[in-house]
Amino acid sequence: MDNVLKDNMELNSDIMSWKKRSRFAEIWKRLKKNKAAVVSLFVILAVFLVAIFAEQIAPYPYDQQDFNNIYAKPSSEHLLGTDGLGRDILSRLIYGSRQSLLLGVFSTAVAAVIGIFFGAIAGYYGKWVDILIMRFFDVYQSIPMFLLCVTLAAILGPSLKNAALAIGLSMVPGTARMTRASILSVRGNEYIEAVRTINAENPYIIWKYIIPNSIAPVIVYLTMAIGMNVLSGAMLSFIGLGAQPPIPEWGCMVSEARSVMRDHGTLALYPGLCIMIVVLAFNLLGDGLRDALDRRLKNGGA
Amino acid sequence: MIRYIFKRLIVMIPTLLCITFLVQLFLAITPGDPARLMAGNEATEEEIEAMREEMGLNDPILVRYWNYLSNVLKGDFGKSFRTKNAVMDEIGKRFPYTLFLVFCSMALAVLIGVPTGIYASTHQYSWKDNLSILLSLFFVSMPSFWFALLAIQFFGVKLKLVPVAGVDTWRGWILPCVTNALVYAASIARQMRSNMLEVIRQDYISTARAKGQRERIVLYDHALPNAIIPIIMTVGGIFGLAIGGSMVTETIFGIPGIGSYTISALTARDYPVIQTSVLFLSTLHCLVLLLTDIAFAIVDPRIRGQYSGK
Repeated sequence: MDNVLKDNMELNSDIMSWKKRSRFAEIWKRLKKNKAAVVSLFVILAVFLVAIFAEQIAPYPYDQQDFNNIYAKPSSEHLLGTDGLGRDILSRLIYGSRQSLLLGVFSTAVAAVIGIFFGAIAGYYGKWVDILIMRFFDVYQSIPMFLLCVTLAAILGPSLKNAALAIGLSMVPGTARMTRASILSVRGNEYIEAVRTINAENPYIIWKYIIPNSIAPVIVYLTMAIGMNVLSGAMLSFIGLGAQPPIPEWGCMVSEARSVMRDHGTLALYPGLCIMIVVLAFNLLGDGLRDALDRRLKNGGA
Repeated sequence: MIRYIFKRLIVMIPTLLCITFLVQLFLAITPGDPARLMAGNEATEEEIEAMREEMGLNDPILVRYWNYLSNVLKGDFGKSFRTKNAVMDEIGKRFPYTLFLVFCSMALAVLIGVPTGIYASTHQYSWKDNLSILLSLFFVSMPSFWFALLAIQFFGVKLKLVPVAGVDTWRGWILPCVTNALVYAASIARQMRSNMLEVIRQDYISTARAKGQRERIVLYDHALPNAIIPIIMTVGGIFGLAIGGSMVTETIFGIPGIGSYTISALTARDYPVIQTSVLFLSTLHCLVLLLTDIAFAIVDPRIRGQYSGK
């Protein structure tokens, strides 16, 4: 009983503060308390900056070869040494951030656009539309996800863009499911009823009321998905179905380093570390966002 | 319950039909001509055309699909474009490897992940908890192929404890299973920890503590059974990932399983092999999902009640 009362009061103060501040400020305030999430956010921003300004930051072009200087040890000239073709590893890693982010963001965008579209339709209209869409996704999801991803990538032809497309397409059902579940929990609310009574049209209601109120869990899901997609993208490149050499994609670099692992182990080490840092950052940020958006865990209740 | 299982098995048939059709459709719209690949660089246009006719690539897609289906029903899954061997023989030979790999990794992952999760949750905010969270975060975020390569380099090449590739001896299985298992164990541990923490906050745990029950019994008799049920779903989901993940693991460790077979077929556009392995792995996936649901019903009396009620 006491608990219920307290919850209600919290909810009230919640609504009050909601009115005073914008929603994003509120979420940001809670996110700031989570150190790991804030650090991750900065890491992600930093990687984005590196990717954008790769040309300015990298000491050498990613494909500049120097055959007199292969497998060079780290030195002031080449901070992380050079690879089998005498290419500067640091520069390749810096350019690689571009490919990895491109993979992660583009594939997630594909999954988001298609997934949210179908999820919203299925969740909002219900009935046979829902059944039809979800049955199709059931079938789609019976194929193990990575297998689907690999098959699509192979069919589309190996390239960075196609790998991203393949990953995005294989993530569509998950996103749609997430959106649908979230919308189902919003659909029955009175305010939706209210908008409907003033004769608003369905697309308008979905776009203006349903999606803004049910998007939070989807955003958390998509944030984590970026990390996972970077990982899948690296995996595709590693087995030769993603970025093709000489593009300095991190997974690709691990794959190239594989044949010389025995003598030059560090060549494979760095790109893997880069992948891990980016994926870790997206995972931690997703964790933080989930806590910040979850009202039950408000005020550091966890 | 039996009726439910039966119903689920029946539903699998249209699902698998759709999958075969989807794959067929994918392959049909693929750029690139397997006949040209088969015939080689020196083949003339006529030879390629004959090859195409022989492979049945000139028929419209529905006809091809119908031919494929009726052959499958007769137990004929076609011959590999490359080796001319019956695909099903090859898959049958390779299946035990994949099954063993996936099963061992999963078993190991559960054995590592569940206790770690419980341990972390009962020591919340201590350094032990933080360490296990940190470790599991690392394992979840690291590229598994990269981790496998480093493990081969360290344990195989440097320390010479295990063979670098191949699974002719039991030692060869250690690295693929362990590297796989650690990645999956990490997500199981994370899930287990948050489940435990959620359950510990419930009223019935407070009640158990209030009546003076020993902490051990509260944790292992009252909390654990409730916290472990959702783990079954997690394990089922990860099993699906493991089936897909086996493709990369098998390629890296040189295990002659279905996964590595599929990847080589995909790069060579060996249609019958692709079709059959996707069908086979998807069937396996469906069966795992079904088993997950059954296990769920067995351990959760509420769900069991739903089935027996019907």
